[in-house]
Amino acid sequence: MLYFNIIFISVKKELFNKILIGFAFSPNLKANVFEALRLADFFNASLFFLHVGEKTESKESAFLKILKASPLSNKITLLWKKGDPVNTIISACKENKIDLLLLGALKRENMLKFYLGSIARKLTRRSRCSVLLLIDPSIENTPAQHIVVNAFDNSEAEKTILKAFSFAFASKIPKITLVEEINRSDLNLNVYDDRSLRRTTLKKEKIKRRELTRITKILKKIPSNFKENIKINTQSIFGTRGYSIGHYAKVKRADLLIMTSNEKKDSFFSKFFPKDLDYILGELPANVLILKNSKHG
Amino acid sequence: MARVSRFQNFFFQLPRNVFSGFVVSLVALPLGLGLALASNAPPLSGIIAAVVGGVTVAILGGSQVTITGPGNGLVVVLLSSISLLGEGDLYQGYLFTLAAIVISGVLLFCFGAFKLGSIGEFFPSSALQGMLAAIGIGILSKQFHVMLGFTDVSGKPIDLILLIPNSFYRIFENPTSSILIASILGLTSLIVLFLYSKLRAPVFRLIPAPMWVVLLAIGLSYYFEYFSSAITPFNSDLLISIPSDILNSFPFPDFDKFFKLSFWGVVISLTLIATIESLLSIKAVDKLDPQKRRSNINKDLRALGLATVISGLIGGLNVVTVIARSSVNVNNGATNRSSNFFHASFLFLFIILFQDQIQRIALPALAAILVYTGYKLAAPRNILRIMQIGKEQLAIFLLTLFSTLFSGIIVGISVGILSTFIIHIIINNSFFLFSRNLLKPNVLMFREEESKNYYVSVKNFCSFLNFYKLKNKLDEIPESDHVILDFSLCEFVDHTVMEGINDYRRVFSRKGGVFEIIGLDVHLADTQHPFAIRKVLPIKEFFTLSRNLTKRQLSLEKLSKVLNLNYSPEMTSESKNLDLFIYFKTKIINYQNNQLNSEENNFSIFDLSYSEGAFIAKEDLRATFLLVNVKQKIPSFILDKERFLDSLSSRLGYFDINFNKYPNFSKQFFLSGSDRLAVRSLFKDSLIKFLEQNPLYYIESRKNQLLIKGKDRLMSIEEIKNLLSFATGVVSIIKTER
Repeated sequence: MLYFNIIFISVKKELFNKILIGFAFSPNLKANVFEALRLADFFNASLFFLHVGEKTESKESAFLKILKASPLSNKITLLWKKGDPVNTIISACKENKIDLLLLGALKRENMLKFYLGSIARKLTRRSRCSVLLLIDPSIENTPAQHIVVNAFDNSEAEKTILKAFSFAFASKIPKITLVEEINRSDLNLNVYDDRSLRRTTLKKEKIKRRELTRITKILKKIPSNFKENIKINTQSIFGTRGYSIGHYAKVKRADLLIMTSNEKKDSFFSKFFPKDLDYILGELPANVLILKNSKHG
Repeated sequence: MARVSRFQNFFFQLPRNVFSGFVVSLVALPLGLGLALASNAPPLSGIIAAVVGGVTVAILGGSQVTITGPGNGLVVVLLSSISLLGEGDLYQGYLFTLAAIVISGVLLFCFGAFKLGSIGEFFPSSALQGMLAAIGIGILSKQFHVMLGFTDVSGKPIDLILLIPNSFYRIFENPTSSILIASILGLTSLIVLFLYSKLRAPVFRLIPAPMWVVLLAIGLSYYFEYFSSAITPFNSDLLISIPSDILNSFPFPDFDKFFKLSFWGVVISLTLIATIESLLSIKAVDKLDPQKRRSNINKDLRALGLATVISGLIGGLNVVTVIARSSVNVNNGATNRSSNFFHASFLFLFIILFQDQIQRIALPALAAILVYTGYKLAAPRNILRIMQIGKEQLAIFLLTLFSTLFSGIIVGISVGILSTFIIHIIINNSFFLFSRNLLKPNVLMFREEESKNYYVSVKNFCSFLNFYKLKNKLDEIPESDHVILDFSLCEFVDHTVMEGINDYRRVFSRKGGVFEIIGLDVHLADTQHPFAIRKVLPIKEFFTLSRNLTKRQLSLEKLSKVLNLNYSPEMTSESKNLDLFIYFKTKIINYQNNQLNSEENNFSIFDLSYSEGAFIAKEDLRATFLLVNVKQKIPSFILDKERFLDSLSSRLGYFDINFNKYPNFSKQFFLSGSDRLAVRSLFKDSLIKFLEQNPLYYIESRKNQLLIKGKDRLMSIEEIKNLLSFATGVVSIIKTER
């Protein structure tokens, strides 16, 4: 028991302590602020609001009015800075040792499709702290039901899954699906006749079992009080990595998709190929939490 | 062991394959001679292609019961190539064309080697039909004159068709005996071919129709030789001439024009048609194979490419997979590739043994076979069928048909692809739908962990441009499994795809699987035809699409008839007081459709579109519900999968009711109700046991109504059936308990 408690505490601490959200005076401002407040409340984190631009009285009073309207109150810091939005936000994250950056998505006109603006996209790539992309912020609390976690076999998988569970625990989300994306091009899965079909089907089943054992092993390490009231599903998908999970989250109407970013620095050639995150950022299927390796910005 | 028994099998089945190979060779002989003659090539070039193709593909091919040889689609290209490259000198043109054939064989081999068999999927179905029809008209227009006995008529296909009355006129203008005999032989042959399918007498059925025509021609020749005073009934240009020393007189291809543009035009046309014709035939033959095997297309393409190279080097035409001969093969009991080999061997024997008889076959008889083939390719019935699918398909078909007739195959198929794409842009009123999503993946496939069904979801659009992506995934599913193909995230589905997935549905039902398509019900279609284009609302005025029932809706209709229910597919906003249910407390109901009502109006199943979220729509949802009226009043309750904290967030005021006696049930289900005692009294042993044994459904009661819901998506027909039987079970238990 003691062992679990220690892990619990460390996990709780390890999740987000300092959250930063950049704000502009858009129609979505109130909803964004409320979402941020709720989130900070879940994690018991201190919250930083950053406005890139001139600080004026009217702006400040308008913002404070919105803050007052919320029933929640956390440790809040207001920052006003001038400069290029991307660099300013990145450096603010570094200075304040932020571990979660909140960003809002844009909606494609008259369609229920969400994508990231160019600034948010750059921030997502360059930020060294984790990033949460919100697709449809609301003023009222609509409890989330379902987290989809990218659990494909990489060095970060264990950490990602642990963080996903502590996120679910903190924000009281009752269902987690662990998705193992298995890149088709990595395996030699060519079906051209009956025999190769049988072979491929068997091979897939084998990989699936292997993945399941791997996930079960990781799940065993998760403290039991995290798992207690959560429905855990696993699903392996053979498809394009980075794409399938987004489509899956959309089909299953997940509220949150958790991904790990372990992208290397852009080399000349890699610019021409879509990277894992590109598909998700091009069309956000749900709120997306991108976990980064380094702890502080 | 398996190897031994396979060998034994092969041995036991040998007689059947020898026999079917023999029957096929009877068809292949006249066709091989005829197709070569129609291409203005030496008659033997067609036989060489069939012999080389039969042997090579039988050894190296990847399909089971296909027959290979010279194809009718290539006639038009070869004909124009021989006159174009030869610049008047037919024999020289033939040698240049042989070089083009060799190169096209190399390309075909490369297609197979680089696994590009899916290249055939990039052509819109209607454009392909248009191209094939144009080829048919091309063959028919030229050969009709030959059938009447005139080999000197030439020109473009359209001119040739217009000249047909003139040829008839020439018969009566100067009715010499040789002209009359030729035209009578040709027309009689044509009548035999048309009537053959109507004649069911076993005597006629013994020999395939083209062989009857050949026998007719040879018989006529003998009749005149022995019983008639006339010395030669036919002019020499109406007879086949075969070099006396066949085995030592192979021509060799002439590569002198290798660097000319016109040469490469021929190469590309040949490769294109050879690939398309082969792929279409292989696909069609797979549907006929009684053992339901799947062909290895790429392996077959490699073998065909190699065969074409060899054939071209020794004076033969392109080798492709041919559908008519293959179907004869299947019908005569062939079981494996050896029949293709035997067909080639018999052909070889015929040429060696019956040289004299073959030279007696008069051209009008062979031309009649080709006219019949051309007619089959361009049959008016095809046009009618395409018209039924939709006006836009007819437009594509006709555009491709005429541009192929006037400007050749490459221009024709390009026009077909382009016009299809433009029409798709107009229908969707959006170029971005295609440009933005073309290169992105759009298909998700996974095996649902609970049901073990394969679930395939398609996003954005699905047309001939990206059908291969969907196909690649579908090909990975064993055909004996259950597939649910969901188009609800897909805004546009074109005819090529509709036709393609229908092929899959047929293959699955042949092999004992289930292939269900959902999510097309809110799409609009122009016609009743099941393969019509489907487009999500709103509609564009040009090529307006009106409402037609989908496969799923038709199955629902059928189900309603079997179960004696009323079915209405229309969308209605009548909400049945659904919003009073706690489930819809935070949701907005948009409309319902596909309603199944019982006669006494005590229950209904319907698809409901509703949205969820604080703002207008956080998410638009569609799911299938069942609403049933129970005679007596029941306490209100909610039964759902056990979920943590649900009770705190959305079901305020409700608490989980657990039963000590049934720990499993209590663990699995979240049960809640305002009157706990009443709910406890309702959930007795029989009900709990029944619920435990069945899949989990969401059940909610309100006054005397029960609302039952399965997954968060539309249900397939099978799932609806399960839902119905589940609901019947619950209601009957509640009735007896009370």
